Amino acid sequence: MRQKFYTPYFFLAPALGTLLIFFFLPVAAAFLMSFTDFDIYSLGSLNRARFIFMGNYFRLLNDPLFWKALLNTCYFVLVGGPLTIAVSLLAAIGLNSRLLHFKNWFRLAFFMPVITTLVAVAVVWRYLYHPRFGAVNYLLSLIGIESVNWLGDPHWAMPAIIILAIWKNFGYHMMIFLAGLQAIPEYLYEAARLDGAGWWRQFRHVTLPQLAPTTFFVTVMTIIGYFQFFAEPYVMTQGGPLNSTLSIVLYLYNQGFRWWQMGYASSIAFVLFVIVFIIAILQLAMRKRQEK
Amino acid sequence: MKYLLHFRKKIISIGLHFAMLIVSVIALLPFLWMLSASFMSTGEASSFPPRFIPQHFTFDQYLFLFQRMNLGRAFTNSLILAVSVTVVSLIVNSLAGFAFSKFSFRGKRPIFVFLLSSMIIPGQVTMLPVFLLLNKLGLLNTYFGIIFPGMASIFAIFLINQYLKGIPDSLIEAARIDGASNFSIYWRIIVPLAKPVLVTLALFTFMGTWNDFLWPLIVMTKEEMYTLPVALNNLLGEHALDPELMMAGSVITIMPVLIVFMFLQRYYIQGILIGGVKE
Repeated sequence: MRQKFYTPYFFLAPALGTLLIFFFLPVAAAFLMSFTDFDIYSLGSLNRARFIFMGNYFRLLNDPLFWKALLNTCYFVLVGGPLTIAVSLLAAIGLNSRLLHFKNWFRLAFFMPVITTLVAVAVVWRYLYHPRFGAVNYLLSLIGIESVNWLGDPHWAMPAIIILAIWKNFGYHMMIFLAGLQAIPEYLYEAARLDGAGWWRQFRHVTLPQLAPTTFFVTVMTIIGYFQFFAEPYVMTQGGPLNSTLSIVLYLYNQGFRWWQMGYASSIAFVLFVIVFIIAILQLAMRKRQEK
Repeated sequence: MKYLLHFRKKIISIGLHFAMLIVSVIALLPFLWMLSASFMSTGEASSFPPRFIPQHFTFDQYLFLFQRMNLGRAFTNSLILAVSVTVVSLIVNSLAGFAFSKFSFRGKRPIFVFLLSSMIIPGQVTMLPVFLLLNKLGLLNTYFGIIFPGMASIFAIFLINQYLKGIPDSLIEAARIDGASNFSIYWRIIVPLAKPVLVTLALFTFMGTWNDFLWPLIVMTKEEMYTLPVALNNLLGEHALDPELMMAGSVITIMPVLIVFMFLQRYYIQGILIGGVKE
């Protein structure tokens, strides 16, 4: 295609310029900031920030709140992630069944939580979890389970948030699984049936292996997304009770935008980055091994 | 034997429908309660067992929110932001996608690879410096504080690029022979042909901006600039003990995305699948 040499750059300029100013330079700036003691005084004049080298990172190592946040986040990811994926997969298998009618209606119902505003549904669930008047405890009481102080009890607050997260997110992954299920060729099932495989063995030896790439993708997406959870605890518990729902991003927000410890908060952001990066690298390595 | 097999199938089918029905009820019950509580008079929702039908049907909560709590202003802010981010980002990203897919130029490959690999960086990393930058520029508590950082998306550029690669170059060559300028090729050929992917992206951007919480929470600190999610969270601070009022606020926040989704459902699901297959 003939053209003046600058034409494509001209079309690229708005996007690349925006990314440079609001993404790439800030990443670099955040990296530098994580080695300074940038705080509320530095907001007024930048030269009040001093380089403290690895100071922030050493401080993180000895910060019990940071470890608590990291631990809570791992709890959320390691328990909430697999549960979300399992529910999504089951829902997708159900939706994919030839025996099921009203598929579009079911799909729409499962999808409602996905598209709605997280803050709004977190507010709704706050009331559903109310120890005295909440619908959750009411439904549990119908099957004889005693009422739980969901958001007020340090042991139950995180499970409560995990349940909300599963409810909110399973529909999204269900759609991806559904596409994966529909891509499995029918003759594989026919062959398995000819060999006398029942429902479970078809699932175990045809569905799961065929679905592996999809499952893999969904898992990585869920893990990375869940590592960044913020609004659920912010709206429902403010990280409490007893910091039992404090997440990494919530702690980062508190340090950076509540207490204006922006240098320290930057170091938290980079720890988050490193975690996400390691997960991505692991994913790549595992995929390479699978392909071999 | 055949009859027995048929019977078994029937049982499985009933069980399946029952299970799916239960999951649907769990998925929808919070919305039902939200909607009905929002029409209750103050105090009515705090009852045991929880009520699903208002005893005294009233619009009081909505009236209070709009007349006294200024939620109309937050609604307007959310709408202005969601629409402008959607429009501006579509233009910016589709121009870049056009350049990547239909031009060859120095540095194309390295730039593209660089962009793609930087998608791994979590957005939270940039929050603090961008906040400082907006502060310096005096853009905190302005619409630009959300529009500027939201103008370009690497993922959107990537999707548009992939889509445009499927459009034959001969169409563009023909237009060029007819003397069309690059910009008119973009506007008259590329944009109309890329409509499906653009509608999908528009939907995702609109809903994403509408639903976003963390960034508006940071940028908009003045009450008159709050978006709906931020206003709702703020309302919770003062009115946590008024579930009816909070539910009305939630309905107002959720309704617009729900309506948009109902109309453009097909595109949304397409979007998930493109994102799911490609990554």
